[in-house]
Amino acid sequence: MSDLTDLYQAVILAHNKRPRNRGKLPTATRVASGDNPTCGDNCTVYLCMDGEKIGAVSFEGSGCAISQASASLMTTQLVGKSPAEAESTFAEFKDIVTTGGEPEAFSEIAAFAGVHAFPARIKCATLAWHAALDALKQPDRPIDD
Amino acid sequence: MTHDFSNLRVDFPVLDQHVGGHPLVYLDNAATTHKPRSVIDAVARFYERDNSNVHRGLHALSMRATDGYEAARARTAKFINAADPAEIVFTRGTSESVNLVAQSWGAANLKPGDVVLCTEMEHHSNLVPWQLITARTGATLRYVPVVGDDAEGGLDLEAVDRLLTPEVKLFAFTHISNTLGVTNPVKELCAKARAVGAISVIDAAQSAGHEMVDVQDMGCDFLAFSGHKMAAPTGIGVLYGRRELLDTMPPWQGGGGMIANVEYAASTWKPAPERFEAGTPNVADAIGLHAAIDYLDSVGRPALGAHESELAQMACSALSELPGIRILGPRPGSARAGMVNFAFRDVHAHDVVTFADQDGVALRGGHHCNQPLMRKLGLPSTIRASFYLYNTPADVHALVASMRKILKFFGAE
Repeated sequence: MSDLTDLYQAVILAHNKRPRNRGKLPTATRVASGDNPTCGDNCTVYLCMDGEKIGAVSFEGSGCAISQASASLMTTQLVGKSPAEAESTFAEFKDIVTTGGEPEAFSEIAAFAGVHAFPARIKCATLAWHAALDALKQPDRPIDD
Repeated sequence: MTHDFSNLRVDFPVLDQHVGGHPLVYLDNAATTHKPRSVIDAVARFYERDNSNVHRGLHALSMRATDGYEAARARTAKFINAADPAEIVFTRGTSESVNLVAQSWGAANLKPGDVVLCTEMEHHSNLVPWQLITARTGATLRYVPVVGDDAEGGLDLEAVDRLLTPEVKLFAFTHISNTLGVTNPVKELCAKARAVGAISVIDAAQSAGHEMVDVQDMGCDFLAFSGHKMAAPTGIGVLYGRRELLDTMPPWQGGGGMIANVEYAASTWKPAPERFEAGTPNVADAIGLHAAIDYLDSVGRPALGAHESELAQMACSALSELPGIRILGPRPGSARAGMVNFAFRDVHAHDVVTFADQDGVALRGGHHCNQPLMRKLGLPSTIRASFYLYNTPADVHALVASMRKILKFFGAE
């Protein structure tokens, strides 16, 4: 039986308590939302493109510590990446949360390895990432209120 | 007679296990209850000795299966004091029972200008079927509101009087709310519906296996409940309908077992209840339901409900002392049905449920199939502890200790 401290790593607790880049991004040109209907979690991700790269990212929504920390951490990982690089980062993250593996290079996303022992929580960890990839697929346009 | 509830746990094989290294403390009974040995044995015995189709064969096994199935119907009728076993239609569960009323009675009787009245505290199973049929018939769906920031006032009974206009053709409401733990005054609500000529539909999913349910005393037209929430197997449920109504309603599904005569051009139907049971019914689980009813009556329903309610009040009072807690439904110290639904300001419901699971405490986290109410109360997700006859004060202590631990872990003290 996995210990809960494996799931709730210090990095996760810190991001949950003080999320980075939380709130609407006024300069955003792409936005997408996702939700987990079974648990009521929801997440909206705002992206501002800087040429071919992601210039800024923010998120809004509500959910458990895992989903909030994952969204917060994701915003710190995606800035400066191209859509293809963002996709490969998500692929690596998904691998970590489903298998408990380690990232290729040192990264805070390693903190999510404990999630793999709690299959019911994997969708909490990937919610924001799915929204971000959806947003990346959209054309740039001003964000409506 | 007071029943000794401290030793009922041994009747339920599934409770004899450890989760996370701790003895299982099962507090998700409003979702589904466990099954006593006598129910498991009754189902196994049917498959081992009597398995056959019903109402068709003339051989010994078919006759035994038919007798067992019809005995379950008669036993169920007695359990809720229906006047006639023919008023009991077997379904898959509460949802299917409500859908049957909506699709059969609703499709035949609702038209534009008519109103279906429901309440804000309904489970999706007594809400979405009414959305579907009002959209199809052009009737309007309205809701009786709940009172208070935490819905602590229950149903707004003054609003019931205001909303029960002559346009209301059907009033659907729950007996005990699965989200709030409030018990509605169903007899009074049925009388008010009758006074404007409306049909009453009661969702008894949270009450039938806990409280005395007497359909004649309540004065309801329809009443729906599920076997699996009252110690019986999954996949068997009940729709009670007043005979005069059932006999006027068209079938909602066609197939074997429900017909009187079939021609290529058209067919005629059997009377209720067979008219509403197309196809081979769930014989084994109906027999399991019979055994569950016998078990519940051996414990005794007034005592059973009182026991659960006592545990829920005990939990409610103890939990109310925790920092940043918000409790839905009746205030601590007030009467409540056997559940308590709550949320912490500082820790999300899913984190709480995962944490409690490590302590062997099984809870429900989420919107409890009541999204519109949760949205109204401003809560995306809550935690529910719900009790049954095998729970004890020790289970309440385990719950509260686990909650204290998680608050400490998240630094929310």
